[in-house]
Amino acid sequence: MASHTMPTAKPKLGVFKFASCDGCQLSLLDCEDELLAVAGAVDIANFPEASRAVEEGPYDLALVEGSITTPHDAERVIEVRRQSKFLISIGACATAGGIQALRNWKDVDDFTRVVYATPEYISTLDRSTPISVHVEVDFELRGCPISKTQLLELVAAFLQGRRPNIPTYSVCVECKGRGTPCVMVSHGTPCLGPVTQAGCGAICPAYNRGCYGCFGPMESPNTAALGHWWERQLDVPVPDLVDAFRGFNAYAEAFRTASDDYELRESRD
Amino acid sequence: MTEKTIEVDYLARVEGEGAMYVKMEEDKVVDLHFKIFEPPRFFEAFLRGRSYRDAPDITSRICGICPVAYQTSAVNAIEDAFGMTVSEPIRELRKLIYCGEWIESHALHVYMLHAPDFLGYESAIHMAPDFPEIVEQGLRLKKIGNDLLALIGGREIHPINPRTGGFFRAPTRAELDALVDDLQWAREAAVATTAWVARFDFADFEQNYEFVALSHPDEYAVVDGRIISNRGLDIAVQEWGDVFEERHVEWSNALHAVVKERGAFMTGPNARYSLGFEKLYPIAQRTARAAGLGPTCSNPFKSIIIRAVEMVQACEEALRIIDRYVAPESPFVDATPQAGEGHGASEAPRGICYHRYEFDADGVILDCQIVPPTSQNQLRIEEDLWNYVPQYAHLADDELQWQLEQAIRNYDPCISCATHFLNLTVERG
Repeated sequence: MASHTMPTAKPKLGVFKFASCDGCQLSLLDCEDELLAVAGAVDIANFPEASRAVEEGPYDLALVEGSITTPHDAERVIEVRRQSKFLISIGACATAGGIQALRNWKDVDDFTRVVYATPEYISTLDRSTPISVHVEVDFELRGCPISKTQLLELVAAFLQGRRPNIPTYSVCVECKGRGTPCVMVSHGTPCLGPVTQAGCGAICPAYNRGCYGCFGPMESPNTAALGHWWERQLDVPVPDLVDAFRGFNAYAEAFRTASDDYELRESRD
Repeated sequence: MTEKTIEVDYLARVEGEGAMYVKMEEDKVVDLHFKIFEPPRFFEAFLRGRSYRDAPDITSRICGICPVAYQTSAVNAIEDAFGMTVSEPIRELRKLIYCGEWIESHALHVYMLHAPDFLGYESAIHMAPDFPEIVEQGLRLKKIGNDLLALIGGREIHPINPRTGGFFRAPTRAELDALVDDLQWAREAAVATTAWVARFDFADFEQNYEFVALSHPDEYAVVDGRIISNRGLDIAVQEWGDVFEERHVEWSNALHAVVKERGAFMTGPNARYSLGFEKLYPIAQRTARAAGLGPTCSNPFKSIIIRAVEMVQACEEALRIIDRYVAPESPFVDATPQAGEGHGASEAPRGICYHRYEFDADGVILDCQIVPPTSQNQLRIEEDLWNYVPQYAHLADDELQWQLEQAIRNYDPCISCATHFLNLTVERG
């Protein structure tokens, strides 16, 4: 990396947005206690949400938010990759296609007609896809939204030239860590925690609700076992299982396969 | 004849992707567009077939900066459709979490997105070496708003706690008490912020706006209310569709909302303030007066002063709610779905956020419409630009461009929200 060969120059950071809610890049501005330190450690060379000043690439570190949904963005992401030495996709849109990937199961022309009076003004692809479908990605940071603690860990690891410490185990580990009784066991609340990657800090169970999968599938998700438990022990109807897996990480492979399986069963029943 | 265009392909310090195009012949504007090229995400389409339970969580993903606005408007609409009313303690909690969002969003805009324009900096980060205490004050204000949001909501962005009928979990008195010292500091800091921004140089740019805002008999309306304007509008939220319509124009992926009979209107800080000044708490009114504001304000550049006043209001409101807080007996009331239509609105930091849903008997969404504040302000932003360019046509292109960008940032446009929306091109001919 240039930062290593040129120790006197600060690494150049670029923040790039595709289809998204802006929440994940806002996480960087939400690091109120650390923002000025980050700005001291890296050269914020391209971050339109925060600054008019735009430096040309190449960038040492690119944070890419959002999914690819238009022909123009599919070309733009290739240019961003070409300009970036280390590219990290941040958030469920960039790593899994986001909630807008629900279009992937529908006819997008119908969708355009629902929202827009003059559909021919709208240029859009029929699928919302993660960044990794289009270009090589060096690291994927999960979450809807991402955790700012994990974001800072990632930037620190990059600056120190080491692998980031981002766990891939399930939300259950975080519930145990904070001492939250299991919501499925203690009050029969359906929870995606067992199949969802940690990172949020297991917020939902601590607020008396089930996990709804913001961080996507954990490293080895047993969606069939969880679905079986929901059906048999918690009386969750099959269509609700389809919708549960079709959330903010609907197009992540393990969740996609699970929702497709349940949908197939729904159509047979 | 000299022609020129000013184009900004990617407008900075706004949330989302927008552009501006201005074409001029001599000093006259002949064409002007405020474009939204943020790719459409089709929320209204994929909500069809989902349960009412999903609406607050899914619609919060329209915007990472004002998720509580979407959640609040969604639950208002659902509760309207199902004939539910929530208890006063639950409504108080809704106001309280919304205070967190106002403080966080307004601090972000005042300090990080808008103030750099007035002081001639590219960003707050560029401003920090010259104004370290100011930038640190802004960051701490923002953090306190976020702390309030995270306590009640579970996290700052896309809170997990709000639900139809109330909340999954109500905070304890002790948890809220722990925020009081910070909120008292924030209230003083917001008063100081107002005095600071009031000293900026403001363009002489009073416009004849139709202000549209929510109205409540006893409150500076935020979480619900009737929709009123300074041109005689006074309707229930349910009558939205009778008065407003959304138009689709070629240069924008965001629909333009207009008052059917009259056209463009303004929603957001200037509108709320000008229609609701009497409802502000005394400390907010005093702060506004000390900053030189009258009871109404038709200069969009002064929206930065109003946002600061609204931070004073939000801190005061939060402190009052915490002071009298008694945890609700149950954090939510149960929903019994019924077929029908419901409407909901609330005052997002940028203006009215309106939702309408139609449900079947099981609470499945059959149809929905979401009108974010920026799509309502879009046409008004263009009209401001049309009126603003002639005053500044003598400026060099790069200075004119910056002035016009600032005129757009007056509205704190949230383009990610509006898309179902920005890039500046000035062409001079």
